[in-house]
Amino acid sequence: MSNTAKTLVIASAVAAAVSGAATTATAQAKEKCYGVSLAGQNDCAAGPGTTCAGTSTVDYQGNAWTLVDAGTCADIELPKEANGTARKGSLEALDRDLPA
Amino acid sequence: MSVSQTTFQAALLDAKALVPDGLTDAEAQPAGRRFSVYRNNVAVSLTEAMHQAFPVITKLLGTQNMDGLAGIFLRQHPPSSPLMMFYGEAFPDFLANMPQLSHLGYLPDIARLELALRQSYHAADSQAAPADALAVSPEDVLKARLSFAPSMQVIRSDWPIHAIWRFNTEADAPTPEAHAQDVLITRPEYDPIPQPLPSGGAAWIAHLQTGDTIGDAFEKTAAETPDFDLGTTLALLLQGGAITSVTIERLET
Amino acid sequence: MLDDALRSNRLPAAPGVGYKPQHFAQILEQAQPVAWLEIHAENYMGDGGRPLAQLRHLSEDFPISVHGVGLSIGGEGPLDPDHLTRLKHLISWLKPASFSEHLAWSTHDTHFFNDLLPLPYTDATLARVCAHIDQVQDTVGRQMLLENPSSYLAFEESTWSEPDFLREISQRTGCGLLLDVNNVFVSATNLDFSPQGYIDAYPLEKVGEIHLGGHDEDEDDHGHPLLIDSHGREVVDPVWTLLDYVLDRSGPKPVLVEWDTDVPDWPVLRAEAERAQVALDRVPA
Repeated sequence: MSNTAKTLVIASAVAAAVSGAATTATAQAKEKCYGVSLAGQNDCAAGPGTTCAGTSTVDYQGNAWTLVDAGTCADIELPKEANGTARKGSLEALDRDLPA
Repeated sequence: MSVSQTTFQAALLDAKALVPDGLTDAEAQPAGRRFSVYRNNVAVSLTEAMHQAFPVITKLLGTQNMDGLAGIFLRQHPPSSPLMMFYGEAFPDFLANMPQLSHLGYLPDIARLELALRQSYHAADSQAAPADALAVSPEDVLKARLSFAPSMQVIRSDWPIHAIWRFNTEADAPTPEAHAQDVLITRPEYDPIPQPLPSGGAAWIAHLQTGDTIGDAFEKTAAETPDFDLGTTLALLLQGGAITSVTIERLET
Repeated sequence: MLDDALRSNRLPAAPGVGYKPQHFAQILEQAQPVAWLEIHAENYMGDGGRPLAQLRHLSEDFPISVHGVGLSIGGEGPLDPDHLTRLKHLISWLKPASFSEHLAWSTHDTHFFNDLLPLPYTDATLARVCAHIDQVQDTVGRQMLLENPSSYLAFEESTWSEPDFLREISQRTGCGLLLDVNNVFVSATNLDFSPQGYIDAYPLEKVGEIHLGGHDEDEDDHGHPLLIDSHGREVVDPVWTLLDYVLDRSGPKPVLVEWDTDVPDWPVLRAEAERAQVALDRVPA
């Protein structure tokens, strides 16, 4: 790609992004709402906090754990390749997949 | 008989350890179960903290597995600071080293995503650069350098981590399909928003973070990812208020 | 005496509650009779975002009490200098009406246990706790209040009673005291002493704030009642009665209701504050 062509490609991508973002920003012009988090979630994003309270729940876990079937991971089937990484969309990954 | 905090601590995390001598009830009988109150307080509060810190991992594995994993994790990696909101930094590597989970190769990256979301949530506030800061001549666009909001995070993954995150947080989200996915987190107001980046987007942002100009970063990125979509990447950053300043150095004449 | 205990403590002698973010909007709409709010210091030590934005906003309308949970004042090791710096920063920008911490330890060898762990009441502990409180008060530049713990067990090595121990700490350091009435009830039940006797021995003139909270009931290996300070339910009647016993002797004080687990909807917490208001209304100012 020539320098001029590159400049044009970049400049037009940037110009499109800038005008798109300006439109979105206007459409989204909304009141700052720091009281309530998105979609009524109970602000899970804050993560855990400290506690000064005790619990009457007994911890039976200790260091023992065996994987049991539960959770949504069973609904997600992602092929595991020998090297432990998923199939990549990149050319590199395609090359690797070609039969020897 | 005095009980040091070293002794107390050792018995606290190991439920099989003997309760230290010198701890009693009102009648000078050994404390027994009474000591378990502290064991439970620590283990249960940290287990609960892990559930809150990693809700998507918890959903993927189920509560029972998360309880078990947290029980091991909290003993190997008790918090190193009272700032519980950042607890679990060691969890991605911990998951990666659990042989029972090796078939779920995406888990460590999902945990990294959840950590990054919390870091973004608590990051310093910042003001986005004015919308027209990049409305400059093509030559100046190439020379522009960007700085980013402290709340911006980029997570790179060989796994479809955004799709997996959505699948576990949104009703009716599509089932994830196998492909690599990098995620951009922005925080336009107070809620972090994770979005998938186009291929090459994470590399381009990383080059900019080291101080490259838009032009140089593009050139380096396009060399690795010829179809890199600069426009979409930049639009995500602008819409998320992630660009805090645009600096254009003009050559001195 | 009272002036000394309340030096730099500006909480009103009225009900307050532990602040939970899910109550933010309702607190702004309908706080009455809640007159002040308490936060855990550690949860507001991030760099920004919603927690600090909410806190800044609330602090315009309410006196705020900063209640530390993670300083580990009773720790055998030195106080964490990074944590002290964070605390100083929070207190200097927020300028809270009160700052308090616990007679407990929570950090050892850089491990933080997210619980308030017990101390033997010995001369060695006394010297260490006083040195740490001096350091904290010097660093943050104001008086702190020290809270009595909930006890589940006793240390054979203890040579001081808890009220005497707290009085001595307050005398040596000039710190005020935070009297948790539920903790007194829990400890008294667990360790077979009279809660009224504890209050009689306690230096009420040093009290800058009172805490109340709910507890769970369990038992030890011998079937002896073992109460657990869970902050997960309503304050029980005997604790309200004990509050009356305290207020009759101390006069009106700032009274806080803590509810930290299974946090209820705002009206339930507010109803607890109303009950605290009734208790305060009984007492002549």
